[in-house]
Amino acid sequence: MAISTNFWIWIAALLTLAIYSFLYKDNPFYKFAEYLLVGISIGYGISIYWHNTIITKVYNPLVYDKNFLVLIPLLLGLLMFSRFFKNVSYLSRIPIAFVVGAGTGLSVPSSFEFLFKQIYATMPLKLDIGSLIIVVGVISTLVYFFFSLEHKGFVGKVSKVGITFIMVAFGAAFGYTIMARVSLFIGRIQFLLSDWLGIIK
Amino acid sequence: MFVRRTLPLLVSAVFGVALILQFFVPHPASKNFYNMMLDWLIIVSAFTYLIAVQSTVELHFTKIKRKVEGWQYSIIVLIALFVTAFLGVFGGAFMPTTLWMKIFPSVKPSDTTPLMYTYLYMQMPMQSTIFSLLAFYMASAAFRSFRARSFDATLLLITAGIVTLGRVPLGEFIYKGLPDVVEWILKYPNMAAQRGILIGVQLGIIATSIKIILGIEGKYLGGGK
Repeated sequence: MAISTNFWIWIAALLTLAIYSFLYKDNPFYKFAEYLLVGISIGYGISIYWHNTIITKVYNPLVYDKNFLVLIPLLLGLLMFSRFFKNVSYLSRIPIAFVVGAGTGLSVPSSFEFLFKQIYATMPLKLDIGSLIIVVGVISTLVYFFFSLEHKGFVGKVSKVGITFIMVAFGAAFGYTIMARVSLFIGRIQFLLSDWLGIIK
Repeated sequence: MFVRRTLPLLVSAVFGVALILQFFVPHPASKNFYNMMLDWLIIVSAFTYLIAVQSTVELHFTKIKRKVEGWQYSIIVLIALFVTAFLGVFGGAFMPTTLWMKIFPSVKPSDTTPLMYTYLYMQMPMQSTIFSLLAFYMASAAFRSFRARSFDATLLLITAGIVTLGRVPLGEFIYKGLPDVVEWILKYPNMAAQRGILIGVQLGIIATSIKIILGIEGKYLGGGK
């Protein structure tokens, strides 16, 4: 394999190296890549919102389906800009209230559903060590986060068991996160050595 | 006062209650209402994104105007932002727009859009590289902070070590049963704690949601009259 002649592969490779240069110390190449990423990410977000929301959910229903109900969220959205005018800035609270209200309305039933599923899954179907560990772990973890009672005596002992379970879970999560990052690192090195330099197949 | 505080609280209460009620109504009209509300939420959220963009643009313009240290990098942010947004809006997101194909007749509908080029060869490599950088810093941070000073810290350290080693061939080489130990940790003690935390989170969400709908919690409206 030979070194890549693709312009875009070179761009990706040089930007990857610019970011890895931070391992030595903070430098202008890293800063350039960092700020470039910020700009591109925001620009990408604008483009996706434009096509997936403004065109698909506002323009098309309004122009082709004559669905004038979409004027309501459009108006609510435009009210967000009232915050730039001091005398009517309070109007921006209405769309915020809509987002928060509708969001909570959506989350209450789904949270209850999720909650019952988790409680149901915790109930032991058979008596074995695994089921016992899960029941004890769930209850003790909940007790650890229950602050209405002082963590003394029996409650204190149960919450101590809870923190033991929590530490195991955090350790597992940390181990998983390290593995995910290392796997990303391997991916980048593979890209540099294979796609860009062509050293490995 | 009514428009400033009571109306927003009413809006959140009405839409909150309506969306809870629709969950219990198995009629197609209820499903349509649910889908319409989801669309409305997405539309209004798009405008909140624009507010965030305005704030970022203003911040970087101010930095350039006042020539604060590193102001040159703000120029990069603004150029990258406007060029990407321009390419995305006029060139198309996932397939080229008709306008783009009119300007460049050689472009076919199946061609990759300019936005996708910036995403695949600039944004995605940079994002994954930045995340992979954390592999180095997490290792050094863990070394400094996870010193086995207490029983809990030792437990966290041991679990992290077992899970990390048990997921790579080296772990299996050291002790053949290590992947099974990892599996057991994930399936029982880890699952129990995660479930406890998740149940707590859901209870918190329900309590806060009810407070918002009843108008007890109004901090999201901000300060002032």
